[in-house]
Amino acid sequence: MSTIPGGVAINTFREAVRDRVLYNLIFFALMMIGASILVGEISIGISRLVIINLGLSAISIFGLVMAIFIGVGLVHKEIEKRTLYTLLSKPVKRWEFLVGKFGGLLLTLTVNTALMTVGLGAALYYVSRSFLRTDISILVAVYFILLELGLVTALALFFSCFSSPMLSTLFTLGLYVAGIFSTDIRDIGMLTRNPAMQAAARAIYYVLPNFHNFNAIAAAAHGESIPVSLIWQNTAYAALYVALALVAASAVFSGRNLK
Amino acid sequence: MAMNTPAIEIEGLTKDYAVGFWRKHMRRSLDNLTLQVQEGEAFGFLGPNGAGKTTTLKLLMSLIFPTAGTARVRGRSIDDVRMHREIGYLPEQPYFYDYLTARELLDYYARFFGYPAAERRERVTRFLERVGLGDSGNVQLRKFSKGMLQRVGIAQAIIHDPQVIFLDEPMSGLDPVGRREVREIILDLKRQGRTVFFSTHILSDAEMLCDRVAVLLGGKLQGVGAPGEIVSMEVYGMEIFFEMRDGRLLPSALVGHSTKIGERFRVEVPEAQLYSALEQLRSCEARILSVTALRPTLEDYFLKLVARGKAAEHRAGGDSP
Amino acid sequence: MTGPSHARSLRFALVAIPLLFLAIVLLQTRIDAETRTIAQQKEDLLLRSGPLLKALSMGYEPLLADIYWTRAVQYYGSRLGNESEKFELLWPLLDITTTLDPKLIIAYRFGAIFLSEPAPMGAERADLAAELVKRGVAANPDDWRLDSDLGFLYYWHLKNYPEASAAYLEASKKKDSPVLMKMMAAEVAAKGNSFSASREIWTEIFESAQDPSVKKNAFQHLRSLQAQQDLLALDKVAEDFRERNGHYPVTTRELYERGVLSGIPIDPAGIPYIFGPDGKARLDPKSPVTVDKALNR
Repeated sequence: MSTIPGGVAINTFREAVRDRVLYNLIFFALMMIGASILVGEISIGISRLVIINLGLSAISIFGLVMAIFIGVGLVHKEIEKRTLYTLLSKPVKRWEFLVGKFGGLLLTLTVNTALMTVGLGAALYYVSRSFLRTDISILVAVYFILLELGLVTALALFFSCFSSPMLSTLFTLGLYVAGIFSTDIRDIGMLTRNPAMQAAARAIYYVLPNFHNFNAIAAAAHGESIPVSLIWQNTAYAALYVALALVAASAVFSGRNLK
Repeated sequence: MAMNTPAIEIEGLTKDYAVGFWRKHMRRSLDNLTLQVQEGEAFGFLGPNGAGKTTTLKLLMSLIFPTAGTARVRGRSIDDVRMHREIGYLPEQPYFYDYLTARELLDYYARFFGYPAAERRERVTRFLERVGLGDSGNVQLRKFSKGMLQRVGIAQAIIHDPQVIFLDEPMSGLDPVGRREVREIILDLKRQGRTVFFSTHILSDAEMLCDRVAVLLGGKLQGVGAPGEIVSMEVYGMEIFFEMRDGRLLPSALVGHSTKIGERFRVEVPEAQLYSALEQLRSCEARILSVTALRPTLEDYFLKLVARGKAAEHRAGGDSP
Repeated sequence: MTGPSHARSLRFALVAIPLLFLAIVLLQTRIDAETRTIAQQKEDLLLRSGPLLKALSMGYEPLLADIYWTRAVQYYGSRLGNESEKFELLWPLLDITTTLDPKLIIAYRFGAIFLSEPAPMGAERADLAAELVKRGVAANPDDWRLDSDLGFLYYWHLKNYPEASAAYLEASKKKDSPVLMKMMAAEVAAKGNSFSASREIWTEIFESAQDPSVKKNAFQHLRSLQAQQDLLALDKVAEDFRERNGHYPVTTRELYERGVLSGIPIDPAGIPYIFGPDGKARLDPKSPVTVDKALNR
């Protein structure tokens, strides 16, 4: 990649690979193998359902753990280890560095997720000996998971710019959980009779990152088609929110005195 | 750019830190630093730990931001990111991505300057050679010794042929061989007409390498000038090393002023009394080992400064909390 | 102190962030509209197993229970009005809610009504409702209201009068239960289905309900009961009239004008009853009051 963020991204990806992060794929593979064999023993009716549910949920969880744990260290580690000192002495702007780190982790997650999807496909073929046309929705669900992971990464990166890894993990995880339940928060607010509370609940709903949008696991498991409009809407949503997080991270990081 | 624009211009550079649990108190780690470095100079930045040397370098690199003051390098303000094209920087106790090989690291940094792939490769090879790491290009950095890391650090600082090079304690932690190698590199850069600005504790190196030095203490500039200017060349005394023959006693006049070091003695006398001291020694058949004129060194100046500074602190009732 | 690149970043952020948030809000509303239409067609609960969820909630059951309770109410409220609605997810939602928090009385009471109500008002599964409430009784042995609800289910939907009476008797034994419980036990045991018992039951539900939907539903049932009684009474008056005058009355107004009744008979909504050509009294079709289909009017 000829751009500066691109260079930083490739290096971040290289670090993840050499730090043997991708070894988590082994656990995933083992799990899927175990599940496939187990499920193969029960009635054919729901074996597909179980494999898809399990596989997609695992992809989501593994990816989430990776996004958070590596994400919160993205900036912090470079500051602690002072590798950032030499980097910033080059003609590189601080925001270019941030975008590069984000891109690198996203690349890692994409590769990881893609490999897991192949594993899922293999397991699915093993239990049902066929692929259905409706299985396209599995790919869509995986894509949504990737969007979700990208958003979590951006949030983790943002927190990484000013707080310790432990606090950043807390904040990011908290925001993720809040984002999952944002719809419920709004609904609870709507149940109150108080217009001020209702307005506040709605405001909170819109501000929080709505991770519920990206949950298509159930749909994929039942082979339901996911409307194309939702695909581009979710893409746009993720892109906008990621942009928001990166802009905020940039603003915070640009003024930071490095120790 | 005019020919007589200084390579480095620092004006009133000041840095305060908020300290204490509630961040209420201000500690001034750099106080109104003003100095200029000309093109082609090798400039030494001296001072004890905590004097503000690293702070100054970090300010120049925009790793931290000044409370007040400005600085320019080759006419460009330090705020201008383009300035970084023309400078190289080696931080103190550098750490590099230890999962990369030396080659990969240099290639990574070289990318920031937009060189095409072929040129990058050529530069990486050339500069690895230059710092004496030609054989270790494909070794992972986590296997490098401190000296090797320091050399890689210098390589990354100069791989883009910058005009001004900033080195923070480049000799620290190196054995004498390593130190000599770094000195050679610095001299080489100087010969190429580049400006080298480095901070160091090792005063003998500063005396040897630098055209001019600046001395920093407690964040304040104490003095700038050629090493010879900082300390006068005046002889302030004569030093005599000698041995006594078996059974002989020291001349009475010298007893109080001599120190015994192993089998030898050392005595310091004012220049005017040199011959009378020698006469006394000759009369008791002492063996004269050497006679040296004592001139103040940068080290003496330094230590005196530090002592003066401590005394001032003491009088002021110690540092604020 | 910070450098000018920071000032630039900050300025950019102050402009960009509000704009991005605006775009996000607009996009989210579109997504919500989109998913609402999808949800109308298909909806699913990924995990239907109450015990599994309980195991997964790692100690936060009450909170999760509240969330599922909210979803249950939302689910019911958003689908009310669809003619073909079967509320398939109502039972799993309430099942999960009560598994997570067995002491959430309001969930049992909600289920007692809306699981048993016939379509399109409810899920038409009185059997599931009874199962739910029985579970509630087991988990909350001191609460007479749940036994009362069980009695209601047996009486009204399941038409099992011995069980209904037994349930009311149980209720009457519990702390703070009103005298009504004993009366109901006796009356149902003696007479089975009766207007007075029904009216008592629905009145009790109406007065004790906290959930507005439940209250509204009970109110409608009370009006319906009243109307049924009125219609039966009017039928008798019409028969008498026919015997005396040789034909059925045409309008109810006639009865007033002829002095048979002291006023024009109106239904609980204030709209006058009418007579059909067969001489049977019935509700004006314009009236919001309805009666049980079983009465065939």
